[in-house]
Order: sequence, then C-alpha cells, then structure tokens
Amino acid sequence: MIKSERNSIWRHLEVSVVLLYFALMLIGWMNIYSAVFDEEHQSVFDLSQRYGKQLLWIGMSLVLGLFVLLTDSRFFESFAMAIYVLTIAMLVAVLLIGATVSGSKSWFQVGGIGGQPAEFAKYSAGLALAFFLSRLDTNIGQLRTKVISFGIILLPAFLILLQHDTGSALVFSSFILVLYREGMSGLPLVLAFVAVLLFVLTLYFGPTYVILGVAILLTVFMFFRKRNLKNITRLIGVLAIASVFVLSVDFVFDNILEAHQQSRINVLLGLDDDLRGAGYNVHQSKIAIGSGGFFGKGFLQGTQTKFNFVPEQSTDFIFCTIGEEWGFVGTTVVIGLYVLLFMRLIRMAERQRTTFARVYGYSVVSVLFFHFAINIAMTIGLAPVIGIPLPFISYGGSSLWAFTIMLFTFLKLDANRLNTL
Amino acid sequence: MESYKYNTQRQVITLIILVIAGVFVVRLFYLQVINQSYKLSSQNNVLRFVTQYPARGTIFDRNGELLVYNEAAYDLLVIPRQAKIEDTLAFCRLLKIDLEDFRHRLRAARKYSMYRPTVFLEQISKEDYGYIIEKLYHYPGFFFQARTLRKYPRPIAAHVLGDVGEVNAAEMERDPVYKMGDYIGKSGLEKFYEKALRGRKGMKIMMVDVHNREKGSFQNGVFDTLPVTGKNIYLGMDARLQEYGEKLMVNKTGSIVAIDPATGEILALVSSPNYDPNLLVGRARGKNFNELLQNEKKPLINRAIGGTYPPGSTFKMFNALIALQTGSITEETRFTCQGKNSSPIRCTHSHVTPLAVHAAIENSCNPFFWNTFRSILSNPSLHGQKKAFDLWYHKMLDFGLGQRFKTDIPFEVSGNIPSGNYFDKVYNGRWNAMTIRSLSIGQGEILVTPLQLANLAALVGNEGYYYPPHLARRLGDEGDTLPAHFTQRRETGIEARYFRLVKSAMLDVFEGGSGTARRYKVKDFQAAGKTGTAENPHGKDHSLFMAFAPYDKPTIAIAVVVENAGFGATWAAPIASLMMELYITGEIKRPELEKFLLETSPSP
Repeated sequence: MIKSERNSIWRHLEVSVVLLYFALMLIGWMNIYSAVFDEEHQSVFDLSQRYGKQLLWIGMSLVLGLFVLLTDSRFFESFAMAIYVLTIAMLVAVLLIGATVSGSKSWFQVGGIGGQPAEFAKYSAGLALAFFLSRLDTNIGQLRTKVISFGIILLPAFLILLQHDTGSALVFSSFILVLYREGMSGLPLVLAFVAVLLFVLTLYFGPTYVILGVAILLTVFMFFRKRNLKNITRLIGVLAIASVFVLSVDFVFDNILEAHQQSRINVLLGLDDDLRGAGYNVHQSKIAIGSGGFFGKGFLQGTQTKFNFVPEQSTDFIFCTIGEEWGFVGTTVVIGLYVLLFMRLIRMAERQRTTFARVYGYSVVSVLFFHFAINIAMTIGLAPVIGIPLPFISYGGSSLWAFTIMLFTFLKLDANRLNTL
Repeated sequence: MESYKYNTQRQVITLIILVIAGVFVVRLFYLQVINQSYKLSSQNNVLRFVTQYPARGTIFDRNGELLVYNEAAYDLLVIPRQAKIEDTLAFCRLLKIDLEDFRHRLRAARKYSMYRPTVFLEQISKEDYGYIIEKLYHYPGFFFQARTLRKYPRPIAAHVLGDVGEVNAAEMERDPVYKMGDYIGKSGLEKFYEKALRGRKGMKIMMVDVHNREKGSFQNGVFDTLPVTGKNIYLGMDARLQEYGEKLMVNKTGSIVAIDPATGEILALVSSPNYDPNLLVGRARGKNFNELLQNEKKPLINRAIGGTYPPGSTFKMFNALIALQTGSITEETRFTCQGKNSSPIRCTHSHVTPLAVHAAIENSCNPFFWNTFRSILSNPSLHGQKKAFDLWYHKMLDFGLGQRFKTDIPFEVSGNIPSGNYFDKVYNGRWNAMTIRSLSIGQGEILVTPLQLANLAALVGNEGYYYPPHLARRLGDEGDTLPAHFTQRRETGIEARYFRLVKSAMLDVFEGGSGTARRYKVKDFQAAGKTGTAENPHGKDHSLFMAFAPYDKPTIAIAVVVENAGFGATWAAPIASLMMELYITGEIKRPELEKFLLETSPSP
C-alpha cells in the first residue's frame, strides 16, 4: 500500500510545473550572480557572496521539496489547523522576541540562522482555509462561513502588520480570489477596485471634486432606473458610504500611513518628483530596465545594475537585472513562464477531487500571482514600492523555502488525487 | 449549472492574470523598445560617477590669520574594467613612473574593484595635469579628479594642527562615507574636528563615449549632488606667540602651554622637538612620516599634552590651598625650618624661620610644606587619615589633575594623582603621612602634563575656577556649538581669599627681594609665578615654571617645561617671561635675554 503510493508520486507528478520551477530558480540564480558579480569572487560556490548562498538555499529547497513529496498526503489535511496554530504562535513570538531587520520586526535569529515566520504564514493560511472550506458544514453563501474564512486570513495578516511588514500583510488580500472561486460573490473584487480608484482620485483631485463626480454619476445612473423610493434610498446610501470613504482618505493618508509609504504613493502618482529620495529606486529601476532595449546588454554586461546603483538589486529589484541584461525578450520570457505556471496550476486545481486540494491549489496560485504582479508592477513604476520578493527568482532563503514547500505540497496533493475518493 | 458557474469564475481569474501580464508586456515594450529616453547607448555609452570633493575647512588663529589652507592637485583615476592601454611604455613616460610601479598600481586598483573608480596616481601638480590631460584620450578608463592638498603658510603648530592622510581599511569600515583614496584627519585638530572639516562629497554623473570623452552630464544633472564645503575652524591660538614659543624652544626638549584664563582658550601649545607640518602633505607624507617616527628625539610626540612630569615645587601651593580651606593651617601658622638639617625633608633654600605660608611659597621651603601636608592628614575635623586623604585626592581632581580635560586634540593623557586605595594596595593598608611625604613637595607618584600645569596657573589667576583648556573658539561661519564642556566653568571649591594669599606670594616670586624669578621681571606689567624642579631619575632634573599676568586681571597663564635643564629658574622662567611679554606688550624689550635663550641650550 505504502509502496504503491510512493510509486504513484513519480508516475503522477506534474512534471511541467517542476520544470517551470527549476527554470525560474535558474533564471533567478543567474541574475543574482550578475547583480553582485565582481571579478574578484569568481567561484560559484563562494559562500561569502549572495550567489553562493543562493545556491545553498536552492539545494536546501530541493531537499525540502523532496521531503514534502515523500510525506503522506493525508498529513497536510490532518495537520492543517495544527500548522496554522503553530504559525500564529510564531508570529506572536516574533513580535515579542524577534530581531529587527531593515525596519521590520519579523526575524527569528537562532544561532546565526534567521527565518521569517511571515513567509510561512501564507502557506499555513492556505492550508487552514482549505481545511475549513472542505468541511461539510460550511457553505460560502452563509455569513458564518464568510466571517470565519476572513478571520483565518486576517489574523496572520494583522500580526504581520504589527511587525511593520506591510508588504507581506498585503499578500493576504490575494485570498479574496480563492473565496471568489469558491462561490463568494465577485462584489468584493469590484468594491476593492472601486476603493483603490477612489483613493487615487481623491489624492489627485481632493475629496470635494470626487464626491461631486460620484454624485453626478449616480444621478445619471438614476435616469436609467425606476425612480421609486427604494432605488432612491439605495442610491443615497451608496453616495453616503462613498462620501465617508472619500473624506477619510486624507485622514488615512496623513495619519495611518507612515511617511515612507506616503512618499512612495506620491511618487507613483507623479505628485512628487523626488528623484533622490523615495523616487530614486523606481527611477533607477526604470532606467536599468529601459536601457536593456530589445535584446538586452548580455549576461554580466549590465552597467546600471553594478555597484549598488539600484538598491535591493538581488532581492526585490531583481527584475531590473533581467530587464537590463536580457532586454524585452528576457522580461517577456519570464512573464510568459509565470503565466504558464499559473495556467498549469489553475488547471491542476480544477481537476482536484477534494475541496481541500482545490482550495489549497487556488491559494497557491493567488499568493504566487500577487507576488508576481506587485513585484513587477513596482519595478516598472506601475505600483508603489512594496517590498515583496519575486517568487523563486529573488535572493533569499526563507522566501524560497516557503514558496517551495507551498508549491510542492500542492504537487503532492495533485499526484495523489486519484487515490482519494 | 454548478459546473458552469465554476467555469465562469475560473475564466474570470484566468482573465485577470492574462490582463495583468498583458499590461506588463505592453509597459515593458514601451520602456524597453519604444521609449528612447531611458536608453543610454547605441554607442555603448557608460556612465562615469565623478565624486565632487568638497574643499576641506581651513583653520584660522585668534586674529584671523590663516594657519591651514588648501591647494589644488589632481588624482588620476582608473576604472580597471574600462582601462585600455595599448602602449604601456608611452603611458609610463607620460606619467613619469616606471614599468614596475605601473604594474603594481594597476594590480592594486584591480584588487580593490573592477568597476569603481580607483585612484591610480595621486596628487599630480597643476603643471603635469595640463600636460597629461591632452594625451589622456588615448587611454580609455582613465580620468582626472580634482583634489586638494593642505598647505601651511607658517611652518608652525604641527602637533596642534595635525595632518591629513589617506583613509585606511579600518577607517573605511567604521564610516562608509569614506572610499579608497579619500583623505581623513589623522592627528591633531584635523582628526578631532574631522566631521566638521571634511564637508560633504557631491556626485556628478557624466556620460562618456568609447573614446573616453565626456559627453555631458547624465539626464541634465538631476541626479548630481553638489559638494558642501567643510567648516572653517577659528582657534584661540595666537600664531605669533606660537611661532615665538617654537623659536625659543629650538634645541631644547620640552613644552610651553599658554592659556587665556578668562575662557580656557589655548594661546600657544608648543612641544619641542617639532617638525614642519608641510612635511606630512602629499606624496612625500609616507616617507617623511616614517623618518619622523624613527627619529630618536621623537618629534611626533606631543609633550604638551602627552608628557608627564612630577610638578615639584609648583605643587606646593595647592597643598597649601587645601590646608587653608580645611582649616588645617591658617594664614598665620608658622613652622620652623632647620635648613639642611630639617627632617624628614631637607630645605634647599636659606630664609627666616619660623615662617608662615606666604614666605614659605616665596622661598619654596620644603619643611613648611611637609608640616602642612601632615596637618591635613592629622586634622581632627576631617575624621581620620583615610577620609582626610580622600578629601585631598578629590580636591586635586577639582584642580584638573589626574584626569583628562577632554580637550580638542587627541592623545591627551591624564597624568596621575595617587588615591588612598592605591596606597592601601602598595603598603598593605599600613601607611601614614610619613610614608607618602614626597607628595607634600610634588614628588613621588604625582605626575602632571604641561597642559595641566598651565591650567593650574590659570585657576590661581582666576582665584578659584577654570574653563577646560581647548583650542577651537568657533566652528564654521555660523558659529556651530563647540563641545559643551568647553564653556562650563569648573569650580575648585576653595575660597577666593586663600587664592589671593597664594597669588600675592607668587607675585613676590617676581617682585620680592629673594623671589626665585626676580631676574626675569618685566617692567610693563606685574607677573606672578612659581618655579619648580622635577626630580628625574633618568638624568638631569627637569626645569618647570608656571605663571600668569597681568597680576590683577590675568590675560595669559603659562607653563613651561624644559627637560634635563636643572633648576626651574634657569630655563623655564625666562622663557615664560618672554612669552608673557610678547603676548601682553606685543614686543620684546630684552633682546639680550632673548638672544641668550635662542643661542644656548641646556647642557645635558
């Protein structure tokens, strides 16, 4: 029995995803090598250099991946809540005893090895959500199910927010896609979109004009509707909510967002042209990518990305090196690889026989996609600077391990799908 | 129905992913292919980051005379990765270096970084610069950067001003502002006020084509930063007095420290032997520094703040002050002196006996001060010997002894005042006034620096307080604040009337019929002083003198130490007298005394 399940792993493993995973890690490693390259340290295994370390992280990830594949697939479902509770405990612990690294109190430092529980919280939240929604007594149409689902997602997000790691906390918003897939109305997606739009418009034009605009739009809308009391009351309600939201934008912006977050948003919206301060990263990043041209400058030939010209070169801004050295061809290939990966994962999620595996699969897609979208949008000046890594490509041990465990857990569930009823 | 619904949601999610990926591709196509403004090169243009070095702050004396300024020089920089030299020999001829040197320099630059501009040849004169720059287009990867060198109009005060040299690895590690080839203050004021003097570096980004020609500034200079000039420093030092002091100390070993008692500003700080500060500038710095380091006279040591001496008789007055303040003796207390037969300490002077404190200071009577010291330790109101000695110890600290003033040049030492605990250890807890009697006449474990000695003169002149001695009186033209402790008045806790008694005794050292410095009295003003002879176990005694003038409202307090010169009256007193004369009257009216001091030196 056990033997046959072991065999089934290799027979049913989704090889295309594994290949994409290797391709992205290889691209990442080559660009990290290039980003920190100097002719003094040429040995690929030099552990004093980031590319040497990344090679070590990759090796350890492969071991972790293998380990996950060899784990009994029932383990993940049985222990989903235990893993979740453990992660929450670690998030609380890191707040109390964690080390502060570049402004975020989110690191565990044990014997020289650091780890960020926040990276693993995405994984645990995915498992917990999948476990909860796969229970027979839940129905996404019920208010109770919705509330608990949101609770599962927001609890770790809130704890991570307390660590001043806004980027990682925002990642949890990607679970809305999972809930949408499981039957929740698309309204939250639309509302989120409208809210972002109103927020941006208010920063541009000020609350008065935006409220006026919303009122005019709604009035026009009324002409196409029955003008009965019910509809009018509803419309006034919508206008009131929109107004309160718009009026709170200034307050939120001035009092809740921190100074660096304010300036990043201002830079993105072009309200502030501070090229030496907050706008520096993004501007340098755009120059680096732009200077790559169609075919790029070639491996190790980047001039912009040398000597720390673009900060965070090998972590959050690794996409610049790709853009500069491999050009439009390179960036398109990378985007294409990600899209292929997402499409594959969605297809796999849809073919699952259990709700648990399907929900978990969508969690993986959503989290990876959110990282991909925000990271690249940031480097090409379409989103404010939010420091989250590009999955499998950016330098860093704990993020790579977390993504690997996440992906391989799904590969394991998928390979085992035929064994479940 | 159910499966149809799921399909819609799958399609919506797929659509969202595709739309965002599509937006990215379009945006990247715009950035990388259509938009040319981000493009640097069809010609393989490279950016060159040229550091704009700020001019280092200059240093002025108290009368606004320039002591240190900057002169232009040029460094030749190389970016090893871009360097192309076809004719190495021609290049060596151009730079006037040999092939060996060339290889060594290029290797060093490569070792530091292949991408960062690194100094290849430093401090090229203006003349050579003009010649080399015309040929430089043959050698891509090499370019010039303007730098400055320190210049000293008068070759004085080398120990005070300090010097500037290239940063070393440890300094770069400590403060990442510094890059290889940058200059940093290595000693003296240059080191202490490094942060104020250095200013802030700027950065100019230039576009350079394949022919090593600068094609103008990148993006019209939006990323450039301007350098900020370093702050000037205005000293309390009087350059003329300093120069004169150094002249008087030629061929002698020792120090002169002069202080303005009203502010604590140092007027002159001479350490002899010294050296010309221009020696430690530019490419010859390394060689000259090693020569000075190996010189057996040790000219690099700043004896004025780093040398320690037993204060000898100059210390006696301070024992007297503590005795008076604690009521251990009064103005009228008399002790007898048996001259050479006195016990336990002999007297080396002949004078009336018994005598009170005024005469005892004037005649520097050893037995009187032994008795005074014993009176303090056995004073019943001080609760026993141990407590009495602790009080004595803390009073000595109040006089600025046994600790650093934290003045504004490095390498100041604290001297030594022994504590009760120290004697407990040395004598196993069994000691009394007799055991430590040397302290009564300023010998034994007591050690003071010339700076502390000058400060003692200042606090007597002030009748009981002082400001920690310091060199700078103002930083920058907006008058940035100096370290706060420079302007904090320190009280000695001893009443002014006792100081007046000591002062009047010191006046008689110059004015009295038997005063030890009566031969060096200056006609134009009244000075007060005290000679001292510090026993030196290694050779001839050191000659010490401390003084202040004018008597009523002192404007200068001074200490002079001449090593291995015998009695304080012979060498130190006349030097102090001439220094005070020059500072107060502005001229020297005793040319024969001056001539004697300039031409002779103490026989060892």
